[in-house]
Amino acid sequence: MSTTPNKPAASKASEKGFVYLPLIAGWLVPGAGHFLLGKWIRGALLAVSIIAMFALGLAMQGKLYTSAQDILDLLGVAGDLGGGLLYVVCRALGLGSQPVQTTVADYGTKFIVVAGLLNIIAAVDAHNLRTGRKS
Amino acid sequence: MHPSHFAAVVLFALFASTVFGITMRDTPPRMFRYGAYCFILFVGSAIVLSWVMFLIAR
Repeated sequence: MSTTPNKPAASKASEKGFVYLPLIAGWLVPGAGHFLLGKWIRGALLAVSIIAMFALGLAMQGKLYTSAQDILDLLGVAGDLGGGLLYVVCRALGLGSQPVQTTVADYGTKFIVVAGLLNIIAAVDAHNLRTGRKS
Repeated sequence: MHPSHFAAVVLFALFASTVFGITMRDTPPRMFRYGAYCFILFVGSAIVLSWVMFLIAR
């Protein structure tokens, strides 16, 4: 009888490579952390959801937070930064720089912030998959 | 783009529920059930709170 314990695939994978790579990749590009781990469908659904939410926010004339004048702005910047490269690219292209003038534009601003926060959740999920904490 | 307020709620609920379902549960059936549960709670609570605010404002 073999005495070798059966290790789950995730824990075997966690023994090699940089353990924070899915976390960082998932933060920079939505869904990339799951793609690195071979979770193609989960990654695709996360990428579509987060990118669509971010794009809809911009399409609704939502604002990208650029500086923190008070604590609420600081929270907005933190949420927006969760979008990773989406935020950086849109800032570089000058998108989301117009002031909020309508209710829908305010919704758009919240869409962008929540997309960033959801991206952080997705990146942490990829990290948990990588470490074997989740299957 | 100017969606109605309800369309904005539905879109928000759809995307947020998808991420919640995938990240908070382990197996695809449980992910789907939890995502559907979150979606119903998002949209349902928005409808209920909208009616409450409507009745308060009258």
